[in-house]
Amino acid sequence: MKIYIKNGHLIDPSQGLDSIGDIIIENGKIKEINTKRKERSTKSKGLSKSFVKTIDAKGCFIMPGFIDMHVHLREPGFEYKETIKTGTGAAVRGGFTTVCCMPNTYPVHDNASVTEFIIRRAAEEGSCTVLPIGAITKGQKGEELAEMGTMVKEGCIAFSDDGSPVMNSLIMRRALEYSKTFDVPIISHCEDVTLSDNGVVNEGLMSVALGLKGIPAESEQIMIFRDIALAALTGARLHIAHVSTEGSVQLIRDAKKRGVHVTAETCPHYFSLTEDAVKGYDTNAKVNPPLRTDRDRQAIKEGLRDGTIDVIATDHAPHHADEKLREFDMAPSGISGLETALGLSLRLVHEGVLTLRGLVEKMSLHPARILGLEEKGVLKAGSVADIVVVDKNREWKVDAQHFVSKGVNTPFHGWILKGMAVVTICKGKIYEQ
Amino acid sequence: MLKTKDLLGIKELSREEINLILDTAAGFKDVLGRDIKKVPTLRGRTAVNLFFEPSTRTRTSFELAAKRLSTDVINFSVPTSSVVKGESLIDTALTVQALGADLIIIRHSSSGVPHLLSKNLRASIINAGDGTNEHPTQALLDAFTVKEKKGKIEGLTIAIVGDIAHSRVAKSNIYCLTKLGAKVRLIGPPTLIPQEIKMMRVAVFHSMEDGLKEVDVLIMLRIQTERQGKGFFPSIEEYSKNWGITSERLAHARPDVVVMHPGPMNRGIEITSEIADGPHSVILEQVTNGIAVRMAVMYLLAGVKRS
Amino acid sequence: MPKELMNRHDINRALTRIAHEIIEKNKGTKDLCLVGIQRGGVHLAKRLAAEIKAIEKKDIAVGSLDIALYRDDLNIRKKQPVIRRTEVPFEVTDLKIVLVDDVLFTGRSIRAAMDALMDLGRPANIQLTVLIDRGHRELPIKADFVGKNIPTSLNETVEVQLKEEGGRDRVLLKKVKRGA
Repeated sequence: MKIYIKNGHLIDPSQGLDSIGDIIIENGKIKEINTKRKERSTKSKGLSKSFVKTIDAKGCFIMPGFIDMHVHLREPGFEYKETIKTGTGAAVRGGFTTVCCMPNTYPVHDNASVTEFIIRRAAEEGSCTVLPIGAITKGQKGEELAEMGTMVKEGCIAFSDDGSPVMNSLIMRRALEYSKTFDVPIISHCEDVTLSDNGVVNEGLMSVALGLKGIPAESEQIMIFRDIALAALTGARLHIAHVSTEGSVQLIRDAKKRGVHVTAETCPHYFSLTEDAVKGYDTNAKVNPPLRTDRDRQAIKEGLRDGTIDVIATDHAPHHADEKLREFDMAPSGISGLETALGLSLRLVHEGVLTLRGLVEKMSLHPARILGLEEKGVLKAGSVADIVVVDKNREWKVDAQHFVSKGVNTPFHGWILKGMAVVTICKGKIYEQ
Repeated sequence: MLKTKDLLGIKELSREEINLILDTAAGFKDVLGRDIKKVPTLRGRTAVNLFFEPSTRTRTSFELAAKRLSTDVINFSVPTSSVVKGESLIDTALTVQALGADLIIIRHSSSGVPHLLSKNLRASIINAGDGTNEHPTQALLDAFTVKEKKGKIEGLTIAIVGDIAHSRVAKSNIYCLTKLGAKVRLIGPPTLIPQEIKMMRVAVFHSMEDGLKEVDVLIMLRIQTERQGKGFFPSIEEYSKNWGITSERLAHARPDVVVMHPGPMNRGIEITSEIADGPHSVILEQVTNGIAVRMAVMYLLAGVKRS
Repeated sequence: MPKELMNRHDINRALTRIAHEIIEKNKGTKDLCLVGIQRGGVHLAKRLAAEIKAIEKKDIAVGSLDIALYRDDLNIRKKQPVIRRTEVPFEVTDLKIVLVDDVLFTGRSIRAAMDALMDLGRPANIQLTVLIDRGHRELPIKADFVGKNIPTSLNETVEVQLKEEGGRDRVLLKKVKRGA
């Protein structure tokens, strides 16, 4: 099938592409990219009749499809919260053409048969590419290493115990060393759970005012310090998940200056909200790491701006509505974020914190590079057609009840956002808003 | 008029609303002094005590307050167990409402539960204590008692002593007394007073002798013996030696100082029997005032029109 | 424009006459007491007690009664009535109680006042004094002593202003929208 996208503003930071142009897609791959006026008009005349689908992207941007390195698809085991089908459906609505799913499923994804299951289900029902992340330790218990080698062979592209940290430093060291065999990143959920002590919000004025147990910023920062030290010691590839505090950003900035091989991601809620969002005990704002202070929020934005934070990932964590409709300290943590990520991230562009190129780097190019996906995050002839067409200025209202995701747990319900993915193309299919 | 159909906390009340409750409570205290301690005012209404934490005193106080208003009362004592997966909290509350409850008085170990119910139920919700958040009727009866004894609250120096970090009574009292213009100070070990509390415009002392100077009203909090062994203080004995109220220490305060305690007291730990039974103590009057204040709250909430 | 129905001289004369009537009917002041209904009746009760003292040279007990808790319209009123003080510092049982109110209208306030009194004890009898009876009774209630009978329509209201409340002594007839 041939698809012709014309008159859009192409952006691909990997090759400095930033101009109006057309793309021709054939059989799921990018056949041609034309930016010169003369070529474009010649092609359009000759080919318009043989296309199955023409998309006029006038006024919009054409970008390499977004890659979300941190998503909880909940299948196998928690299908009542989300399935691979509904999760990837939400992803393409948000402009994502690839998602990496975390291993805290049931059973835990700590062996190759679960890898195989996920890949098969994704092939059957997934709207976009699904790349599984395997567990670092068996059962995510933090005691014994999981079989990374066989999981990589079956299709895992990274390892993480996300949801939990690897508390035992020796095990974390071994995990980092062992991962070098397969040249895969270890994605760390940095939290000292003994210091967190079952806290449910940021430790600060809100926790005292609301009578809720707080998690100090130091909980995250202590672990980041440790993991950076272990990364330096082992020379492995460390990626820090969901960075949320000013102190964390500073630690990563310093580490990069010293040449440690560390990369980092943050999530849209950390640069869009503060701990004030839990006022009234709104469980939709309950997330781990918790929403922090405004100072932390500004530091996260600065970290994105100066490159300390490489990636914007969603940490998409859908939960059933009943689970969130309960006592604050009993409700599970998490925000259903795939469908609001782009709109929230574009606010950074509208504010001048990021350029559009920068946005594409954070959401597409850098994730591809960190995961070693050479074909993705770029608009090149010959590469797989994972493309998103973005209307930067289109205003829309967030309506959780109409999410494609089963998870309606979002603190952004009712927000007016500016910018959305109007067309997402992946796996040879077109998804239009 | 109260602005909302619920009493969730002092945080949500304006100074005017607090004064309305206190003035109304004065009228109800008259009723409690008569032979017939009952008025037909809320006849036909139904109040349900939904207590997820055990409590005889507060529950009985609410029960009596409702009965004095001719309201029918039902007591639901729900055993708390986070392990037992049974009916969800919302389902239990909706069932209670469906049984005809106009008013639900809720005590729960999780902060924010009354707020959750308030959003999801039509019935009026009264917070009888939620986690470490608030215990608003306790603060209101404490304020009523202070006003009765001292004639006013504005400008008084009021000290609260004890486990501030874990005390919902302390939090509600801080909000209430500062809103009414008192100078509030907290006394206790640093491990039991969170740093952020200073943002609530209170002074913090770690020594009783310093903290009690010029104090007009002293509110002693119960120290929970379960806190020992978790690193907050080395032993109950040490806590008592440093922060218990004795006649010697009380001499540092104003000569006409009034001593209060929300109960139940640990005699010999945070308060000596001498003081508890002595001329400065108004602890038993707090109990009587509690009923009048709770009657006032129920009366005023019943008058808020629901849409 | 409100119409003045009674000025301060009219009010004083009426109260003097009522005081004489109370003494006459009760053959003196033995076991007699006055209870004013909040708010309008309280000041009138005190004044009547002063008049009675001037005539009989005897003190007579005066109390005040708040009827908010006994009203029958708590569910339908727009605003919750304010609770005021009930001060009846004497045993009500076996006494002759003269209830005092400023305006008698539907009779419901008096019904509430009687219920409140009954909860305080068992009076020997209850009599009713009002400064103004404006008609339109909704319950079978009648005043024993009346200052002035004034026929009114339902879109009017009678307001008694007293100097104890800060204004001049006078009774006004005003037009209002029904349901206010």
